[in-house]
Amino acid sequence: MAEPLLRVEKLVRRFGGIIATDNVSLDVASGELHAIIGPNGAGKTTLISQLTGHLAPHSGSVSLAGRDITDLPAYRRCALGLARSFQITSLLLDFTAADNVALAAQAHAGTSFRFFANARKEKGLRDAAHAALDRVGLLHRADVVVSRLSHGERRELELAVALASKPKLLLLDEPMAGLGVTESQRMVKLLQELRKEVSIVLVEHDMPAVFALADRITVLVYGRVIASGDPAAIRANEDVKRAYLGDQHVVTHHG
Amino acid sequence: MKSLSVSKAVTALMLAGLVLLPLYSQLSGNIFILTLFTRIIILALAAASLNLIMGFGGMMSFGHAAYLGIGGYAVGMLAQEGIGSGFIQFPVALAASAIYALVIGALSLRTRGVYFIMITLAFAQMAYYVASGLARYGGDDGLTIYNRSDFSGLINLGNRVQFYYLCLACLFGVIFLIWRIVNSRFGLVVQGLRSNEQRMQAIGFPAKRYQLVCFVISGTMCGLAGALLANNTDFVSPAVMYWTRSGDLMVMVILGGMGTLFGPVMGAVVFLLLEELLSQITEYWALIMGPLLLLIVLFGRGGIMGVLGRAGRG
Repeated sequence: MAEPLLRVEKLVRRFGGIIATDNVSLDVASGELHAIIGPNGAGKTTLISQLTGHLAPHSGSVSLAGRDITDLPAYRRCALGLARSFQITSLLLDFTAADNVALAAQAHAGTSFRFFANARKEKGLRDAAHAALDRVGLLHRADVVVSRLSHGERRELELAVALASKPKLLLLDEPMAGLGVTESQRMVKLLQELRKEVSIVLVEHDMPAVFALADRITVLVYGRVIASGDPAAIRANEDVKRAYLGDQHVVTHHG
Repeated sequence: MKSLSVSKAVTALMLAGLVLLPLYSQLSGNIFILTLFTRIIILALAAASLNLIMGFGGMMSFGHAAYLGIGGYAVGMLAQEGIGSGFIQFPVALAASAIYALVIGALSLRTRGVYFIMITLAFAQMAYYVASGLARYGGDDGLTIYNRSDFSGLINLGNRVQFYYLCLACLFGVIFLIWRIVNSRFGLVVQGLRSNEQRMQAIGFPAKRYQLVCFVISGTMCGLAGALLANNTDFVSPAVMYWTRSGDLMVMVILGGMGTLFGPVMGAVVFLLLEELLSQITEYWALIMGPLLLLIVLFGRGGIMGVLGRAGRG
């Protein structure tokens, strides 16, 4: 088998006495959409934060395309082709949608220690921003300030920002969070398109979406990987049913 | 669109007034007003430089007056040692301010929020006490500068009108630079960091080095104001670095409108004119000034520029 794009080995992260990430190992192959699921508090966001470099693991390693990135800060990992979206939308609220995306493109297009020329008139950056906005269906909102965008539009903008950095691997932390039914469907369709172009690690609560999208699924419970495999195998796994899917069915039926 | 035109009209009017002021002063024989406005312009320059880090960069520095002192002492100390050339004094003033900003910024930018405010304040107070201890250069009493910076015939700083226009040119130059900077790649990154630092790190920008460079640019600009101020008063003393002066500069920025190009100039003009007028009426002018400023800050969101913008819309 070829070198995996992302390899996580024996990652451990504690918060006081709680082990939030307990010896997690997983591989993401190039071109794969790898979903990470698990009940609330299973340590999914903690894991993602260690992959992006916002949180340091206590032990274990993370490597991207064969290169050990465990000790690299977030901005260096981003330069190597790792982009993320946030579970709770995190954008530049007082900037326009296009500015948000253009800044992401700018981070990957030469130095930003340029003090004189008007960056908003750099055609390359604007074109990249518009292309990414078009990709997620937000082009018509390019010049709107983010604080005036709807929640659904902001989720899409998060994706556009991540795409603009031309990542090798996209880490999506609950892109469906807080979306209505039609918005969710649009997002699933969008992810189905994107997965053809970029490898994706998807953390998501929306089970139908996960099973529709994922090539492989890793199930986390209390920080441990209890199962990993293709959707059919996960669906059939007794441990997973007991620990997780049962609860989730209750939740979705009530919700 | 109309909101833009109101604040733009007032700004243009103010700038025209500043340009024509020496003419009025000559015609009316009112020399005092020229002296007053020279001071206002220099402090407007200092406020504009503070606005670059505070308004655009979100870095609440409470020690900006330190650069007024550093720029001023560079001029004063060199003059005292017999080096009167402005071609040496001014570059030294700027370089000293830049170096101070680099060191202070590198240390202060490890912190955020209130801690950043307190640490910049602490460093400025240290600079104040260091200056007070400079016995050779007057210590607490300050240092008289007997000859203004000499630009070998290019411009005569002893001439009130020439000096006024030099200060005004410096102010316009600095505002032009700030305008270019805030719209540049660098400026967008700095403003992005003000808006959401976590997001900027996630898309690949190391926060601290951009903020530090911005901090140094701002400090250097304020060092220029310091060198001009020392020439204006023919005197420099530790008092120019006292924390109340840093506070005055912050008030000017907030009063005029943070993160706007001409807000700090507006703020400086209004603040210093009010101070001048009220102090003619009563010795306790601060008792009127304080509440007045509070009202403006409480009810005039976005400062004078913000109010003008809304007035245009309403």
